Order: sequence, then structure tokens, then C-alpha cells
Amino acid sequence: MITDGQVLIKVEDLYKVYNNRLHALDGVSEEIRKGEVVVIVGPSGSGKSTFLRSLNLLEMPTKGHVYFEGVDITSKETDIDLHRRKMGMVFQHFNLFPHKTILENITLAPIKLLKKSKEEAQENAMELLKLVGLEEKANTYPSRLSGGQKQRIAIIRSLAMDPEVMLFDEPTSALDPEMVGEVLELMKKLAHDGMTMVVVTHEMGFAKEVASRVIFMDEGKIKEQGTPEEFFDNPKDPRLKEFLSKIL
Amino acid sequence: MLQTLQDKFYENFIDGKRWEYILDGLGVTLEVTFFAVIIGIVLGFLIAIVRSTYDKTGKLKILNVLCKVYLTVIRGTPVVVQLLIIYFVIFGSSDISKVLVAIMAFGLNSGAYVAEIFRSGIMSVDNGQFEAGRSLGFNYVQTMIHIIMPQAFKNVLPALGNEFIVLLKETSVSGYIALQDLTKGGDIIRSRTYDAFMPLIGIALVYLVMVMIFTKLVNMLERRLRNSDH
Repeated sequence: MITDGQVLIKVEDLYKVYNNRLHALDGVSEEIRKGEVVVIVGPSGSGKSTFLRSLNLLEMPTKGHVYFEGVDITSKETDIDLHRRKMGMVFQHFNLFPHKTILENITLAPIKLLKKSKEEAQENAMELLKLVGLEEKANTYPSRLSGGQKQRIAIIRSLAMDPEVMLFDEPTSALDPEMVGEVLELMKKLAHDGMTMVVVTHEMGFAKEVASRVIFMDEGKIKEQGTPEEFFDNPKDPRLKEFLSKIL
Repeated sequence: MLQTLQDKFYENFIDGKRWEYILDGLGVTLEVTFFAVIIGIVLGFLIAIVRSTYDKTGKLKILNVLCKVYLTVIRGTPVVVQLLIIYFVIFGSSDISKVLVAIMAFGLNSGAYVAEIFRSGIMSVDNGQFEAGRSLGFNYVQTMIHIIMPQAFKNVLPALGNEFIVLLKETSVSGYIALQDLTKGGDIIRSRTYDAFMPLIGIALVYLVMVMIFTKLVNMLERRLRNSDH
């Protein structure tokens, strides 16, 4: 059992090469500790999404290792499906299952994978729905929901698996501006409850307020990282300075 | 005028119980279509799985090549020729039921078209759905079964319905192996009464009615599936 402050995910010398040319990841090593909220920022094409997606192997790295709870999940002998259950993932485009109701979206994986009874899974799902104030949407289909509602459902769908870490891949980038707040609110709540989170985002306000650590990626490398204070108030890398001057 | 039509009708369908050619033929046509459809769906489904698994993961390489050969051959040759080859070449020396041969030929033929319909359906489901399934911890097969297939099936239902209508009409070439299907039945009547109009228009109407019924059924199913998510 990994306790707060211990290494939960360890990334070792990760490379991802597309078509033998483009280095999306160019030798990244990093550790994510339990309870941390790590925010990754960087210009588009910097490899930040590739890095995040490598953590649960949605993106298979060309070279290097990813350890989750001490297990090398990049090893061929590892059953990645078992480990993915404990790594929740939230996507830019929500990816709710359109042919299933909200309740079914949330209970599908717990019932099929964790072998929970339907009653238990539904009870748990209703509690999660209450947490985000969407319990009256339980029996509707995703197409009836606003973007912000969809993303909140996508988050609790992952939470229903009781994950050790939550990965967020630009969770607010596809949202109308007025809906960004409700999603960030939920993410803040999660962070305050001690969830380990790795977040790729352009929301610098969120990074400043919630992150325990901010990472700047550029050209497939981690160029700089630190606490939000040192990161935003005293950046050293010239590319980071340029990046911050553009967006702040 | 009306009197002649009545007489012709009597001569072609009632006299000598000739309507039995139509009825028996319809039975054979439906039997062949029904079982060919089942073979087509099963075969097409399996091939689509192999093909899209290869497209998505690069696995099943040899099976994929076999499937591609099958698709090329079946879609590149006329169904009548396939029917004749199966009957006269493959089962040429054995005493096999013609109905069985027709079922096999049309099933094998339909499978190739259904496979491509299913495959396009699988490919039309957004890859994000696949990633969402995998990231929750579903393996490849579970993701296919619970998440991709139900959506793919709904996307391809109109095309699938259309394929079955085509198949139903295609079985009308069964006469080439002297199988007495609906078309052959009408043709036999024609050869007895020397009247082409009545028997041929008659069987045309029977086909038309069947196709209309089937179209209606597919539309109903489609509407039910649509209601379930909007």
C-alpha cells in the first residue's frame, strides 16, 4: 500500500517517436507522488498530452519505462488492464458512452470489472451524482447534457472505479467558457480531498491555486518545474518566460 | 378485357393448382434467404472483427490476409458464377441438396458484403470511445462488446437492411442450379401456359411485397434504436 508522499508513478527515460522523426517525448523522467496535484503546461505540440497518455499506456512509449505502484507497466508481462482500473482518465471530449444512460455510464465498469452487484454499483453512482448535483440526470442519455455536465459525469465515471490517481487531458478545452468553472470546481474538490492528480491544462488560475507542482514541457522535454509560486513568479527557462508572457 | 384477365388468372394460377409453384417457390426463396442471412451475419461479423482488430492493433495479420483474399474473390466475381462453381465444381460429384448449396453460396457471398458494412460501422465509432473503454480497464474484447459494437450496429443498420433486401432478390438466380425458388416457379408456369405476363408480374409482386415488409421492419427497428439515445 502506497501512502501519502510515496512515489505512485515513476517514469524512466521515456521516448515516443512518430514515423522515426518527430520526438513527441524526448527522454522524460519524472515521479508522481501520492497526494500530489501535478499540473503540466506547455505550448501545443510540446508532448504534454503524449506524456499524460503514456502514464496509462494509451500511448505506448517507443522506449523507457513507466512504473505504477512499483510495477513496470510497460513490461510485456504486465496485464495493463488491471492497472488501468486504478488510473482514472478524463478526456478533452468527455467520451461518454452515447448508447448508455448516465447511470449505466457510471456503473458499467464497476459491474463488469469490479464484479460489484448492480444495486451496490448504482447506490455508489447515485452518491457520486449527488456529489456533482446531477442526480436527476441518472436516467437520461449523454446527448441531453451540456458540455460541463458531460465532463462532470466523465469525472465521476472514473471515480466510480475508486482510482489511485486521476489523469486529466485538457478537461476544459472543449467547453464553452461559462462551463469551465463548474468542472474546475469539481477538480478542486477532488484535490482538496487528497486525490492524486496529473492535469494537462491551459487554466493557469487552476495551476496557481491548486497545483502542488507545475511542470513546463516543450519539445518533448521537461524544461522546468516547481511550486506554483516559483514557477509563475520566478521562471528561469527562456521558453517558459516566453510562454508565460504570452498567456498571462 | 376484364374477362380475359380473369381467364388468364384462372389458367395461370388456379388451373392444375399452379399457384403451388408460387407458394412452394416462395417457401424455398424464404428458406434460402433466411439461412443465408444468418451465415452472412456470422461470417461478416467475424471477418469485420478480424479486419478492424488488425487495423487498430496490428494483430491477426495472417487471418487478415485470408479475409482480404476472401473479400476480393467474392466481391470480384458474379454470384451466379459462385453458385455454379459451388454446385457443379465443389459438390459436383456428391448428391447434395440444392437448397443447401444455395444457402451456402448466398451466405458466403453475403458475408463478404456484410463484413465491409460491419467494418465501416466499427471504424465510424469515434476512437475516443475506444480509449474511454480501455482507460476504465476494459480489455480489447470487452471494449468491443460493451462499447463499440452496440454503437457500430446502430450505425450500420440501414446498410445491413439494404443488404438483406438485395440478398432476397439475388436468390432469384437459384434457377441456374435448377432449384425451384419463387422465380423458377413463375417460370415453370410460363412454360406450361405460354403466358409470360401473369406469372412474371405475379412473382414480381410477391418480391415487391416482401421487400416492402422487410423495409418496414428495418425502419421500425431503426426508430426504436434511435429513441434509445436522444
